[in-house]
Amino acid sequence: MSLIQHLQQQLRRGETTSVALVEQYLERIRQREPQVRGYLTVTAEQALAQAQAMDARRAQGEDLGWLMGIPIALKDNLCTQGIPTTCASRILENYQPPYNATVVERLTQAGAVVLGKTNLDEFAMGSSTEHSAYQITTNPWDTSRVPGGSSGGSGAVVAAQECVAALGSDTGGSIRLPASFCGVVGLKPTYGRVSRYGLVAYASSLDQIGPLGTTVADVAIMLGRIAGHDPKDSTSIDTPVPDYLEALRHLPATQPLAGLNLGVIQETLGEGLDPEVAQAFDQAVKQLEQLGAKVIPISCPTFATGLAAYYILAPAEASANLARYDGVRYGLRVAAEDLVTMYGRTRGQGFGREVKRRIMLGTYTLSQGYYDAYYLQAQKVRTLIRRDFDQAFTQVQALLSPTAPVPAFPIGSKDNDPLSMYLTDLMTIPVNLAGLPALSVPCGFTSTGLPIGLQVIGSVLQESLILQIAHAYEQSTPWHEQVPPLVRD
Amino acid sequence: MITLEQTAHLAHLARLELTPAEIAELSGQLGAILDYMAQLQNLDLADVPPTAHAVNTANVLRPDQPVPSTLTEKLLEIAPAPEDHFFQVPQILREG
Repeated sequence: MSLIQHLQQQLRRGETTSVALVEQYLERIRQREPQVRGYLTVTAEQALAQAQAMDARRAQGEDLGWLMGIPIALKDNLCTQGIPTTCASRILENYQPPYNATVVERLTQAGAVVLGKTNLDEFAMGSSTEHSAYQITTNPWDTSRVPGGSSGGSGAVVAAQECVAALGSDTGGSIRLPASFCGVVGLKPTYGRVSRYGLVAYASSLDQIGPLGTTVADVAIMLGRIAGHDPKDSTSIDTPVPDYLEALRHLPATQPLAGLNLGVIQETLGEGLDPEVAQAFDQAVKQLEQLGAKVIPISCPTFATGLAAYYILAPAEASANLARYDGVRYGLRVAAEDLVTMYGRTRGQGFGREVKRRIMLGTYTLSQGYYDAYYLQAQKVRTLIRRDFDQAFTQVQALLSPTAPVPAFPIGSKDNDPLSMYLTDLMTIPVNLAGLPALSVPCGFTSTGLPIGLQVIGSVLQESLILQIAHAYEQSTPWHEQVPPLVRD
Repeated sequence: MITLEQTAHLAHLARLELTPAEIAELSGQLGAILDYMAQLQNLDLADVPPTAHAVNTANVLRPDQPVPSTLTEKLLEIAPAPEDHFFQVPQILREG
């Protein structure tokens, strides 16, 4: 039974209350946050009030489903009405949105209790959460290392059991990478499966919100509540949301993956792959075969060009999206005598290093004379990557790769080499370019005890299938039962 | 290779006031990153159509029905310099 299911059962039987759960998690936050630093804001008062309301409604006989009274956390780029939403940026330091993101509305309606807002790389731009303007979040498995990014706060607080589950956002791997580094499960849905209304935009054609949890079933429960069409996001897909949890229940006990064809993306296994990651991945593939799947090698020749295409397209979109931070309507304003100087000073002082780098990069590739050579060329590469995936999915139902080429790296080790940081996203980025669903599930540890993640990629709207594959794998391996040293003490 | 002058010009286009140290650092880093991107220019993509969006998007219309707009007060509350129902900004034009 998953953590959410276990806690909900206790709530239903009256063995605990939502208030008691929230108090327990707040106590863990008090104990562990000095080391983890995953939260930017803890909303203790609101959480207790929300929990009280849920307990009262339960006493009246109401049951809102699996998430009723369950304490969760939200990445701090999701708008929460009247609660700071900083995007880990100085430019939004005092910003309190006048409205909720659609996912926040939906989780609240499902009875989930929000414990707080989690740290991220500023505006979700980064792979380590070191680019936050406020604090560096650590990896609960080894606090000298990064939790991955950009949803590093969400990954770390789920791993450190400072919340039951959390939401992140994923533009080039920002849910899957922290899930991999922190030893939890993280899913990026199909582009359009979840409404982006109220998600602060980074690269709008790639951004997608998704859940992180300690097990596949918990991620399935969360996804089921946030997915679905939203008139406020015209790119959200208008097709019914399947019962993802139910899909997991229908797997046969023996050979649950019999009849499935899976492909290993050969381009992810070459140079730069950490030997311990390679070994864990090989073992995971063997385990999937044990479970009945047929696994074949698949070539996606343009996979490796995805990184270069992404770091043209995403900064280009970011440079346009972040033009809105001009000191006029909300957020920071640095006073100046004339308007243009006010814009420049506000943005110069409000944005951090990585955000400035990407705005500059995007401004360059979109500028006259360079547009065809960079931006248009990258959009064409995006077409080739889609075709590679389309071709692969004529032979297999899902694709496999390591989630990241390396395990969590030491804090500060990539400070002066942005390109080497970008390479961490090599295996996750092509998935965003093609808009596909993918998840990361724990598949082992290095000899020094750092988690390793397995990426499972599906074709459009095949979230149920990748959840089934990951669930069957997870239930047949011991990885999800491991907890970080910080939790053991 | 991106020169300091080009970097300063880009910063102006992006409305970012940068220190000389920031311009120097970015000039080197942008050059290195763009060198990496240059691999794309060796691909023959003449016949490949561009993809702007992973999911095929179509224009979405909604019924043209007026609904009350209730956010005005809240939006003014969070503005750096509101005045009545306006946002104040510094001087835009100078006397020539």
